[in-house]
Amino acid sequence: MEFFLISMLNSLSYGLLLFMLSSGLTIIFSMMGVLNFAHASFYMIGAYFAYQISVWLGFWPALVIAPLLVAAVGMAVERYGLRTVHKYGHVAELLFTFGLAYLIEEAVHLVWGRSSVPYVVPPSLDGAAFTLYSTDYPIYRVFMMAVSVSMLIGIYLTLTRSRIGLVIQAALTHPQSVETLGHNVPRVFMLVFGGGSALAGLAGVIGGNAFITEPGMAAAVGPIVFVVVVVGGMGSLVGAFLASLLLGVLQTFSVALDYSFADLFAKFGYTVDPDTPLAVLWNLTISQTGPVLPYLLMVLMLIFRPKGIMGSREG
Amino acid sequence: MFHFKRTAEAMVLVSALFAGSAYAETLKIAYIDPLSGAFAGVGDAGLKQFQFVADDINKRNLTGGPKLEVIGFDNKVSPKESLNVLKKVIDQGIRVITQGNGSSVAGVLIDAVNKHNERNPDKSILFLNYAAVDPDFTNSKCSFWHFRFDANSDMKMEAMTDFMAKDKSIKSVYLINQDYSFGQAVTRAAKEYLARKRPDIKIVGDDLHPIGKVKDFAPYVAKIKASNADVVISGNWGADASLLIKAAKDAGLSTPFYTYYFGGLGSMTAMGDAGVGKVKQITEFHSNIKPNKTEKFANAFNAKYGGPPNHLTFYYLRVNNEMYMLARAIKETKSIDPKKIALKLEGMKFESDTGEVEMRATDHQLIQPLYISTVAEAYRDPKNPKTAKFKGTDPDVKYDVEDSGLGFKTDARIEGYVTAQPTSCQMKRP
Repeated sequence: MEFFLISMLNSLSYGLLLFMLSSGLTIIFSMMGVLNFAHASFYMIGAYFAYQISVWLGFWPALVIAPLLVAAVGMAVERYGLRTVHKYGHVAELLFTFGLAYLIEEAVHLVWGRSSVPYVVPPSLDGAAFTLYSTDYPIYRVFMMAVSVSMLIGIYLTLTRSRIGLVIQAALTHPQSVETLGHNVPRVFMLVFGGGSALAGLAGVIGGNAFITEPGMAAAVGPIVFVVVVVGGMGSLVGAFLASLLLGVLQTFSVALDYSFADLFAKFGYTVDPDTPLAVLWNLTISQTGPVLPYLLMVLMLIFRPKGIMGSREG
Repeated sequence: MFHFKRTAEAMVLVSALFAGSAYAETLKIAYIDPLSGAFAGVGDAGLKQFQFVADDINKRNLTGGPKLEVIGFDNKVSPKESLNVLKKVIDQGIRVITQGNGSSVAGVLIDAVNKHNERNPDKSILFLNYAAVDPDFTNSKCSFWHFRFDANSDMKMEAMTDFMAKDKSIKSVYLINQDYSFGQAVTRAAKEYLARKRPDIKIVGDDLHPIGKVKDFAPYVAKIKASNADVVISGNWGADASLLIKAAKDAGLSTPFYTYYFGGLGSMTAMGDAGVGKVKQITEFHSNIKPNKTEKFANAFNAKYGGPPNHLTFYYLRVNNEMYMLARAIKETKSIDPKKIALKLEGMKFESDTGEVEMRATDHQLIQPLYISTVAEAYRDPKNPKTAKFKGTDPDVKYDVEDSGLGFKTDARIEGYVTAQPTSCQMKRP
């Protein structure tokens, strides 16, 4: 029971972090149709900005300033890069963001070096929040969950209740009408791209010190973010939320399952020994295949339900 | 016209002579290890230590002439990338390489060096391995061109299980290791040796996780907790060590860890006070061994690199052993030819700071004393204001690691001959 509850909490916090990461990507995709390959790079620069600011001003200012800076970078990228490339179609946009990811990684190498930086959890958030049976649950993980959930509520309210949200939604479906009403549609797109990047940046601020801040972090989370978006349904925020939680549970619990095909065969009275054909494969446990499972899920999803869990666009 | 041609020829000749002598004056050593990515911290610390020792050797002229220069090459701990790097190294005319992080890398380097040397006997490459500890390299895969200066994984496990076998309170063990040749070797040896020495000990967990990919070890820690193991054994290193111990600390896991590398870069800071009395390591050196003949040297290194951002602490005595033995081989052969150096290194006995060590000729495995030690709070000496930030009361724990306030206290010293194991190596000599 203790193991189940702790693992549930672990998967919840991991899933929520994944959601923070992928929500920006899915918003940008649903609103602008741009599949942003550099999204994970914004996560990375969020972490690096937060590290740099926390060295100068402390963690709390970093929590606010770093995502804003990332938003500024994102808006600049949209204004001076994507907007120009846009007229050549989606393939050009895709290639542009693909190249951008490499540029950002090299820039990080130049500024902060190739090694990891000592970005750590602030002392006020270091320690145990509560003890469940005999396992401590860290404050920082609770904090991660709180930030993520409040972010979800924030996005939802902005998109459905605020004026700017209404303009954004309208600009998606009827850009010309919105333009005739006197709104600046390109600027709306710029804001959306900046906002989406800021969400990734925020995930970086939170995730960078929970795990590790190094130049490879973008490449490490990049693929998994796409899995979330594909499994959740391209462009669906709710889908991304569900998919993130699902992947969190999948990755956390797969670690615990030491079952293999050999165990299954044993149930039917057949033992696998080293001479059995494909013995290596049969002895592979679920916990060892854990890292591959999300991608397996993505491939199966694309085959059997290509539109994902929530397969329609928002709005 | 004729004269001009003669002069030109003479100039070419003279410059060739100069080039030749410049080569003889400096022996370049290619350090092939991660200088970017998750393991860059470890790779960078190793490079600094190599360069520091090289400076010392050059200053004291221990080679009797040639200067040593260590040049870093980034291989991103990738075997494939390492082969590209090796090509680059060969193209630059560098004939001595050293590597340590990742037995997967060392394995392909040994194969590539063997092949290269077979085809180019006059341009042979020498591979000095300071940390890749897959036992195969000095057994089935042993090579004349490869020398290992760290005790291999089986030797360390033999010593560690000897120590554990005496502790009757240990009834169950949990194994967590990286899923590649080295981690698998640790797992295999732990099971085999414990079954031989203490058949009553149960293996309650056996995890192999992808190397350098896991960022969140909380699920593994929950699993360790659920298993109720008395002890965890782990060969993890680099970020895989520091993230694992950090997750264990966050969850309040109180199980002792028997490790190979948790004294390495970043882990001590990550574990904090939670590691005191619980985390053990097996190494050839730590800063509080007695007697400590490396003290002055280590202090000089720490004075240079101990500050922010990385707060490095002298860690690899084996790097010193490797470089000093190389220097002696150069001096005694009066040559920087890899083959002559290799022949000299074979069977070389060397008075190291921890006692006599021997490069066993049969398999090129260095036989050296090892220490098992436990994390302890560094000693607060009332007379020494520099130690005011320390909290410990044991004068034996004089130095801390990476400004963490934590150091190591020796549990046991294992003599070299005790760690020596038989080898199946059948070496082909050129």
